[in-house]
Amino acid sequence: MGTANNVLIFADIRNGTLRQVTFEAISVAHQMANGGEVHLAILESLDPNQIESLKQLKLDRMWHVDHPLLKTFNLDAYVETWVHLIDLLNPDVILTGHTALGRDVSPRVAARKRIGLLSDCIKLDTSSTYEFVFTRPIYAGKAYVQRTITKPPFFVTLRPNNFVAHFDTSLDQSIEIKTFHPNLSQISLRTVVTDVVRKVTSGVDLSEANVIVAGGRGVKSKEGFAPLEELAVVLGGAVGASRGACDAGYADYALQIGQTGKVVTPDLYIACGISGAIQHLAGMSMSKTIVAINIDPEAPIFEVADYGIVGDLFEVVPLLTKEWQRINR
Amino acid sequence: MEILICMKQTFDTEEKIFIQNGEIDDDGVERIINPYCEYAVEEGIRIKEAHGGTVRLITIGGAEAEAAIRTAMAMGVDEGYRLDLTDFPADSDEQTTSECIVQLIKQKQIPYDVILCGYMSIDNGTAQVGPRIAELLGIPHISTITSLTVDGRQVQVERDVEGDLEKVESSLPILLTAQQGLNEPRYPRLPDIMKAKRKPLHRMKWDELRVDVQMIQARTKKVAILPVEEKETGQILSGTIKEQSQELIRLLHEEAKVL
Repeated sequence: MGTANNVLIFADIRNGTLRQVTFEAISVAHQMANGGEVHLAILESLDPNQIESLKQLKLDRMWHVDHPLLKTFNLDAYVETWVHLIDLLNPDVILTGHTALGRDVSPRVAARKRIGLLSDCIKLDTSSTYEFVFTRPIYAGKAYVQRTITKPPFFVTLRPNNFVAHFDTSLDQSIEIKTFHPNLSQISLRTVVTDVVRKVTSGVDLSEANVIVAGGRGVKSKEGFAPLEELAVVLGGAVGASRGACDAGYADYALQIGQTGKVVTPDLYIACGISGAIQHLAGMSMSKTIVAINIDPEAPIFEVADYGIVGDLFEVVPLLTKEWQRINR
Repeated sequence: MEILICMKQTFDTEEKIFIQNGEIDDDGVERIINPYCEYAVEEGIRIKEAHGGTVRLITIGGAEAEAAIRTAMAMGVDEGYRLDLTDFPADSDEQTTSECIVQLIKQKQIPYDVILCGYMSIDNGTAQVGPRIAELLGIPHISTITSLTVDGRQVQVERDVEGDLEKVESSLPILLTAQQGLNEPRYPRLPDIMKAKRKPLHRMKWDELRVDVQMIQARTKKVAILPVEEKETGQILSGTIKEQSQELIRLLHEEAKVL
């Protein structure tokens, strides 16, 4: 093992609260820090109550970056601020989520600083001859590549839901929160967000959901998604859809899982009336447990399923809801 | 309007992946235009149809990539550049490819008002190259767009942000990365396929670029390529639908422990 590594994490915030992937980054940071310091930088406005609770997290320092231009996401302001913080702290490791934010900001920062960037990583290995080896899926999950970085810093984006999250807030000592005021007077904001239309109705973020109930063409209509939504609610999960269901207008494209659409890794994926085309498998085949419910026993989805029920989803899904409610009572 | 598309050729979606001597075996595979790049190509052609101008395209690849370039030309792209990095004397990664593309644009003085890329490739899938190119050129980018309106020098975009729809305004020049839903790519017509064969295609090797290999070589390194472990055959339940449903919940709760 080499010298201490200082880690800088860029937080990912949605609707005023930290996303789970940031807590996952904290645990990866502790694996990589090797006695170094772990810093968390928060740019967007965060619920003040949450800031209090974060004081107990196992961090060395939290940076509250305060600037009127950063209250909501702006690409130019974010890129500039990340670069400022990296220059200020000179970290050996930079971590963030492979989310809309991380995908937008990290490649620009990497290009500016001419540093290597490993995107969409799902596993960290510290036992090899290299200091750190990260695994990432390639060819839509049909293979993996292990990569390392030849010249620090290690700049890494993490796929949500693949690392154990660090939620330990049991420290007696609260951490120091430093306020950082970036100088953004010279930058021009070349892109301006004029409106955000929230399409995701359920409270659970698809990419971070532990349980996903997904529907395909077999759901037959928009209304057909109602029993899936009920099951998702009782299981504390989110609803997803195949491309077929989205193309047919049964579900919004925001819910689409697959090669185009979202890639998800929940603990439990329940595929209802989904045939299992390869493009769909690319988005969900790495789920820990897969259930297939399909009327067609030949549907390819059964090949990747851990448990299968050959039957009518409209009969099965409400029974699953009822059964879980019964044993959970 | 000067339109530039950065396009990648990938394996066909249906291709199975085999690993041979630690590398992905590409022998005899079917190749296609990366689906996200196909949306970029289509959108570039639509901008030209609405506003006039020229659509140019850059692809990094060997001779096999020319099939994809000709397809894009049959769709309506006017001129192509194929950059061959095969003999690049060091490891290459996203930094290398984006620096080379930017150097090609500068060296050949390829004009651009709009640069269109796929938001990610379905092979490596890092989603880095588009934003990196924009940064190196010093222009803004908007990623994962699902709708585009160009009005004079003003650009209005709708983008997909993990399911939410974000409306963004900016101005030219700009780099945009295409998400599914942006458009429905056209099928080339036979006369256009014939015409595409005569459109100008410029071929360049990496050593014709004035690049500093040390500076642009990969900062990341491949350690290994691993296959995805075959999953054990699952369990198809039996009994009445009610029994199966109860059994499934029990299994998920007690055996898989995911509930």
